[in-house]
Amino acid sequence: MTAQAFARVASERPLPVPDAATGPYWQAAREERLVIPRCDDCGHYHFYPRTLCPQCSSPALKWTQVSGHGAVYSFTVIYRAPSPAFSTAVPYVIAAVKLAEGPHLMTNIVGIAPDAVRIAMPVQVVFQKFSGEITLPMFEPVEKQ
Amino acid sequence: MRESTAAIVGIGESRVGRVTDRSALQLQTDAAQAALADAGLKMADIDGLLTTPVRVEHWNMPCGVVAHHLGVRAKYLSTVDIAGASGCGMIHQAAMAIATGQCTTVLCVAGQNLLSHSTRATAVKSMAEGGSAHPQFEVPYGPLVPSLYALVAQRHMHEYGTTREQMAEVAVTLRHHASLNPNAHKREPITINDVLNSKKIASPLHILDCAIVSDGAAAAIVTSTERARDLKMKPVHLLGQGYGCRHSHIGDTELTTTGAVDAGAAAFKSAGLTPADMDFAQIYDCFTITVIVELEDLGFCKKGEGGAFVAGGRIGIGGELPVTTHGGLLSAGHPGLGGGFFHVIEAVRQLRGEAGERQVQDAKLALVHGNGGVISIHCTLILGGVAA
Repeated sequence: MTAQAFARVASERPLPVPDAATGPYWQAAREERLVIPRCDDCGHYHFYPRTLCPQCSSPALKWTQVSGHGAVYSFTVIYRAPSPAFSTAVPYVIAAVKLAEGPHLMTNIVGIAPDAVRIAMPVQVVFQKFSGEITLPMFEPVEKQ
Repeated sequence: MRESTAAIVGIGESRVGRVTDRSALQLQTDAAQAALADAGLKMADIDGLLTTPVRVEHWNMPCGVVAHHLGVRAKYLSTVDIAGASGCGMIHQAAMAIATGQCTTVLCVAGQNLLSHSTRATAVKSMAEGGSAHPQFEVPYGPLVPSLYALVAQRHMHEYGTTREQMAEVAVTLRHHASLNPNAHKREPITINDVLNSKKIASPLHILDCAIVSDGAAAAIVTSTERARDLKMKPVHLLGQGYGCRHSHIGDTELTTTGAVDAGAAAFKSAGLTPADMDFAQIYDCFTITVIVELEDLGFCKKGEGGAFVAGGRIGIGGELPVTTHGGLLSAGHPGLGGGFFHVIEAVRQLRGEAGERQVQDAKLALVHGNGGVISIHCTLILGGVAA
């Protein structure tokens, strides 16, 4: 299913509420940019965002735009919707994607039939707007199916 | 083997399954009274209390609510919340409270009417919202707890060739164990094909790969080794323990090696024992894949060999390493955070030689492992039927 169709059937999905720690991530997503924290002291990228670098404990973290490229680290096809918001979306794919820069994140894989998703498949970020404030990064295969 | 300082001297369970006529506090009371009767103690003998949070009611301070309800005048009380590892954690934290002289006899009790309190829809909703997914970076993508563990299973299959049939054997074995447990929730035998053909939830997990939801509570009484000698039941000693936590959410981490590595290594080191010394293992089993990953991480087999380890009847009673002999969360019962506490209760029963049809022969040493979150937080206990 396309990201647009997925958004339509799941318009009631629970959306994130940005806070002081995560605001820059969601602001960047609105601008269709994927940013994650990078440590100014040791250069380590991490995600989900923390207050201290998980590698060297430095607080000198900077939101840094990343390539948006990665690979499927693991995935699952959801057959049982977690809430009515997702009931017409099943089956859909939740994946852990390993970004080219190293960190993992959770996402939906769109633009491909659920049963065609494979571990190690190269994917790239796409942005799906859900509200004025929230645009969710999702991923699609680099090579169109 | 290290010297034991604390022992479990009484155990009890409420009715487990669908118990529509008891509230959470009533179920906990039933379990507590059963444990007191087992130990030959009265409520007035209890001077410490540990419990876990519940999901079906709002208790602003669970240990205070439970202590008051039971009429315990506690010199020490606390709410243990290390998610599914809380059952193991309570036993060790009781031992610490006793060792510091704060109290002498601790009642650990947990459980609730999780099944009959909730409809299927509210149970799924509370699992989705109150579960282990990150509220901003995971929940919007529509995960359920099974989908988070499904990521683990899929990756384990990819890296190590683990099969759905191997995972199914965990469910089949534990159901057989539950069939021998009169207080288990689900007792009808199942086959590998039943698991493989059961309803799809989140690939590769089907519904029989997933824990059930139950009503029920369990309780155990911990006291000093010295005081245990004067009590009526054969004490079961705490010989070692360890904790581990390598992540809080599953989406941002490695999926096939967990904090159980650290918890298990610490527990064996503190006990001065090894996996080969264990006569059986009470492994947390929220999903079939959980058992496979934990057996590897705790050192019962090498990383990647868990699938083969659980196959061919090796984790059944009479097998090389009987696992979760009461039937576990997959079949015996899973009333939320109290679910993993039944693994401890069963270990005590086995080590006393009171497990009836499912008794492990010559059971002298056991490992009990609790896992919380999404293979996130771990607590391992080593229990023994004899003191060092």
